[in-house]
Amino acid sequence: MTSHVETLVRTRGSSRVRRARGQWAAWAFLAPVIIYLVAFYAYPLYRNLDLSLRHYTVRSFVQGDAPFSGVDNYKTVFSDPTFGPALLHTMVFTLVSIAFQFAIGLALAVFFTSHFKLSATLRALFLVPWLLPLIVSASTWSWMLNSDSGIVNYALSIFGVDQINWLTSPDWALTSVIIANIWIGIPFNLVILYSGLQGIPNDIYEAAALDGATGWQRFWRVTFPLLRPVSLITLLLGLVYTLKVFDLIWIMTKGGPTDASTTLATWSYRLSFGNLLPEFGPGAAVGNLLIIIALFFGLLYIRRQRRD
Amino acid sequence: MTKPLKTTIGVILTAIMLFPVYWMVNVSFTKDTDMRADPPHLFPFNGTLEGYRAVLDQQLPYLGTSLLIGAGTVVLTLLLSAPAGFALAKLRPRGTGALNFVLLIAQMIPGIIMAMGFYAIYLRAGVLNTVPGLILADSTIAVPFGVLIFTAFMSGIPDELINAASIDGASKFRTFRSVILPVSRNAIVTVSLFAFLWAWSDFVFATTLDGGGDYQPITLGIYHYIGNNNQQWNAIMATAVIASIPATLLLIVAQRYVAAGVTAGAVKD
Repeated sequence: MTSHVETLVRTRGSSRVRRARGQWAAWAFLAPVIIYLVAFYAYPLYRNLDLSLRHYTVRSFVQGDAPFSGVDNYKTVFSDPTFGPALLHTMVFTLVSIAFQFAIGLALAVFFTSHFKLSATLRALFLVPWLLPLIVSASTWSWMLNSDSGIVNYALSIFGVDQINWLTSPDWALTSVIIANIWIGIPFNLVILYSGLQGIPNDIYEAAALDGATGWQRFWRVTFPLLRPVSLITLLLGLVYTLKVFDLIWIMTKGGPTDASTTLATWSYRLSFGNLLPEFGPGAAVGNLLIIIALFFGLLYIRRQRRD
Repeated sequence: MTKPLKTTIGVILTAIMLFPVYWMVNVSFTKDTDMRADPPHLFPFNGTLEGYRAVLDQQLPYLGTSLLIGAGTVVLTLLLSAPAGFALAKLRPRGTGALNFVLLIAQMIPGIIMAMGFYAIYLRAGVLNTVPGLILADSTIAVPFGVLIFTAFMSGIPDELINAASIDGASKFRTFRSVILPVSRNAIVTVSLFAFLWAWSDFVFATTLDGGGDYQPITLGIYHYIGNNNQQWNAIMATAVIASIPATLLLIVAQRYVAAGVTAGAVKD
């Protein structure tokens, strides 16, 4: 009896010791990544916040003695004539891109769920646009959309459409970068929605078929509702990813002509790096606004994912 | 719809989707004099290798730098994320949830904002325009993703395996190195592939942190080509074709890892 209690106490004690030792080991394994996150995520973000709250010139940027200026940079940004258009373009770019990426991605995912010859290979090939470096896609689209010699205008001319100045006309620049961005985003939507579709049990479709549902009804009454959680996650993640698109727009149009395709991301870059006289303060301020918007949807995504 | 019909439609859809890729290849073989031909040459018959010759002459250093940066980013990402994944999956210290949350948030911060912060830090630290500086910055794209992938994968390793090792007297580090890592091959491959691809494709960090460097990656090589008002589109597209090789190889060699990586980043199984 006593020995029994003794063993019990002993094992408990040693397991507590082991647990404590496990905690130490765990933190030893985590230490590098935690130090890394502080030094190379938190610190740059802090520097960025600091930049946005001070009045910087090129000299004080190097020397680091810029005077504190409170929210002046934010005021400057809000009253800048570019602010309204940049915000609007960011919204249009993001929402239109996502709407098309999602719709096309979903249609393709449904199409690929039936196993036909080559379906796996073709589905893999659809990933290519997503894997290419953005500079490759952006420069290819730039040449395809070239006003005089681009293949797109040539194809349209066959149908009697007049030459469109895709990248150089203020009316079309935003549309052009949206088209290219939709092309890049389709694979991501396709892959995630396809994996979501795989999760829907087959017997539900069989039951629906027995009840005489047509293919169209099956999609709207069975597939679509059951895919809702995955759809929501895809859309939110797409939102976060699309908000931060910078490379594509910068390479294709530099945000121009005259702000016609400027978004918050390209504007922030232009303020800090695009001019001869850099405006680091306002540039950082725009960047921080973008972070707030991205985090808003990011948190929605995480909440959503936790709930599932 | 019959199956052969579906295959036909599938092939047509894929062809439409991949047309820009075909066009890139086609233009890379087109002669300068045919570049603005009307109608455009749809096939690279009696094409030229001028573009590729230009790549060999001018772009090799850029390609070499990109390879180096990609490899460096892979090593750094694995060193940081594999141990962290093990701790989060199997040792689960207090604060695991909070750290996972931070990692998810970290992935959502726009690169351009990180770049601005890095620029301010690097300028004063004197690592602007250096390869190690760029590797470090590029790794921020991959490390949070890497930790999440390793955590997800290592959670699936049976506890018995770890307990057996600890009964045999192996330390946690020994267990990690000799038991966990060898069975985590798939996760290592997935993380390495993505880390390499993202570093190889990075433009934001390259242009902000290495714009004046002696050793610049291929993304800047292409960007300078376009920026110089260069009308040699066959050379630009030839460089683009070469820059696409890693992505293509990846898809051929490791397609299932790619699809797994895309999905794992977004949806929990």
